Amino acid sequence: MKNSRTTEQVALGIRRRVFEHTILNNGGYLSQACSSAEMLAWLYNEALTIGDPTLPMIPRDFSGVPSVNNPDYVSGAGYNGPATPEYDRLFIAPAHYALVAYATLIEVGRMAPEGLEMFNKDGSSVEMIGADHSPGMEVHNGTLGIGLSTASGLAYGRRKRGDKGEVCVFMSDGEVQEGQTWEAVQACAHHGIDNVWAIMDVNNQQCDGAMSSVMEVRDIATKFRAFGAVAVEIDAHDLDAMRQAKAEPHEGKPLIILAHSSPMKGMKKLEERFPRLHYVRFKSPEERAEYNISIAAELGVDPVVYETH
Amino acid sequence: MVEMVTRPYAGAFEKYALANPDVICVSADLTSSCEIDGFRDRHPEQFLSMGMAEQNMMSFVGGLNMAGYRPFVHTFGVFTYRRPYDQLMASIAYGRRKVRIMGFLPGITTPGGMTHQAIEDISVMRAMPNMTILETGDATEVESICAAADSIDGPVYCRVLRGNVPRLFDTPIKVGEMRELSSGSDILVVTAGITTEEAMRARAALQDAGVSIRHLHLNTLKPFDSETLLDHLQSVKYGVITLENHVVTGGIGSIVAETIADAGIAKRLIRLGLQDTYAHGGSRAYLMRYYGLDALALIHAIDDMLGNSTGIGEEDLNAARVDAVHSLAKAEGL
Repeated sequence: MKNSRTTEQVALGIRRRVFEHTILNNGGYLSQACSSAEMLAWLYNEALTIGDPTLPMIPRDFSGVPSVNNPDYVSGAGYNGPATPEYDRLFIAPAHYALVAYATLIEVGRMAPEGLEMFNKDGSSVEMIGADHSPGMEVHNGTLGIGLSTASGLAYGRRKRGDKGEVCVFMSDGEVQEGQTWEAVQACAHHGIDNVWAIMDVNNQQCDGAMSSVMEVRDIATKFRAFGAVAVEIDAHDLDAMRQAKAEPHEGKPLIILAHSSPMKGMKKLEERFPRLHYVRFKSPEERAEYNISIAAELGVDPVVYETH
Repeated sequence: MVEMVTRPYAGAFEKYALANPDVICVSADLTSSCEIDGFRDRHPEQFLSMGMAEQNMMSFVGGLNMAGYRPFVHTFGVFTYRRPYDQLMASIAYGRRKVRIMGFLPGITTPGGMTHQAIEDISVMRAMPNMTILETGDATEVESICAAADSIDGPVYCRVLRGNVPRLFDTPIKVGEMRELSSGSDILVVTAGITTEEAMRARAALQDAGVSIRHLHLNTLKPFDSETLLDHLQSVKYGVITLENHVVTGGIGSIVAETIADAGIAKRLIRLGLQDTYAHGGSRAYLMRYYGLDALALIHAIDDMLGNSTGIGEEDLNAARVDAVHSLAKAEGL
């Protein structure tokens, strides 16, 4: 697919879409759009080598989980193009970023805007926590910490097959609290798996609030290096830094890009809620209206029109 | 005297893996304990060491199958599901990854105690949608487990015997087919794994006592052929006794109970096995006696079901085999 828009434009589009969705639904994973918009825009618009989508622009309804009795089952990976040897694969490890990932698919022309209207509706495949059958997803990553391991196994197999395509994982920093993340890095280093790489949204946030208050993780760049990865630290909103980081040599080791982000980036209004940003829900109609007007102005769009009752 | 086979898995796996290049031999630091040390040494390109990190291993092999390889995961059964349950569910079972989990030391076949004894693995795996469960009961079944497991279109968990294993059968595992070892009409006895040999120890004494036993050996625990079991249930007069190397909850006793209840038939059931308890460390023969999993426990259950004593005592049963704790057939005392 040919890029028709700049990555900056895609990132702004992601923030606008997630904002609109959050206001319309009186809540949503809004801060994740602030922190990760540039990363997801860059992945789809520049970094990944992926083919044209193989699934319909308007997502199909939920058609069953994998089962011997469900021969028609398909994953949502077709929105990222075919799984052929020359193409990259992408796993969204923190599946609660689904709303941002869906918005990205729309902004890069891989899914119709109607797809987002199906978000979290009963019978829809566009689920709130991205499932394997949700657009752009290939595996079920709702349990945090398993994404990098799965990607590493796929990468090991693809290397053995001689595939040109790499495996990329979009990660969140909360996942470094899980021991499995470190098991995965040590396994990659031990087996020299270097066709896997990750970009991590280091927003210092988790469900309960600031990570420093929930479980201090200390210097994760040093920890990644000690476990055998090449780790590069960048500003998550600096696209040139992202491009340079991807070019970092990492022969025999996985590459982990630690992208330090602001969970309020582009929506200063959210600073009032800091550090409770994991899921933004409005406490009153007044608050909803206030956020609508304020953030719309920041994003350069008209306030969202919604029904009040 | 029953023929004993030494390390049947080792040779069988090597032969199977070499004939199937998409099979990857995966190990979690128990390589010699799972009889794949020779394979590792001879075929390092087809061997993958994942270290003592089962959570990563389970998600990793799920990903490896996405590249078209069929990982055979080797470790003690207990380590394949207790710690990495979430990974087993999300990265293997859910997506129907063709991962072949070879769980060694099922139940009380190890003196390693609670942390080493997989006593509730069948129960756990049965509750997991998409999972198939196979269990080996003799050397022939161990020799055929690789082909049987690899024929499954999805993930499979296998209870595998190692070391010195008796040869009881002369035909390989046919997935889904139970073995009818005797065709009596008084009591149905259902066993699997090491309890089959125990029930066979009581065979001659029961014949002498005039008790007609119908004995079924299971190697496919899920999916389960309830129809055939029902036919056998209808062919006996008194009822059914299950004898399992597992807790009586969720395993073979439960499978039979569910079959009886679903069909709405009235048949007495006695479930022998670990009765809602952990086991401790000891020899197999000691543990089978202590926890009531042996031939004598079966005789007592038969007496109970018949409502009178067969008069069979320990001296009437065929001698139990006693494995040496340390032998060349095993990598360590475990």
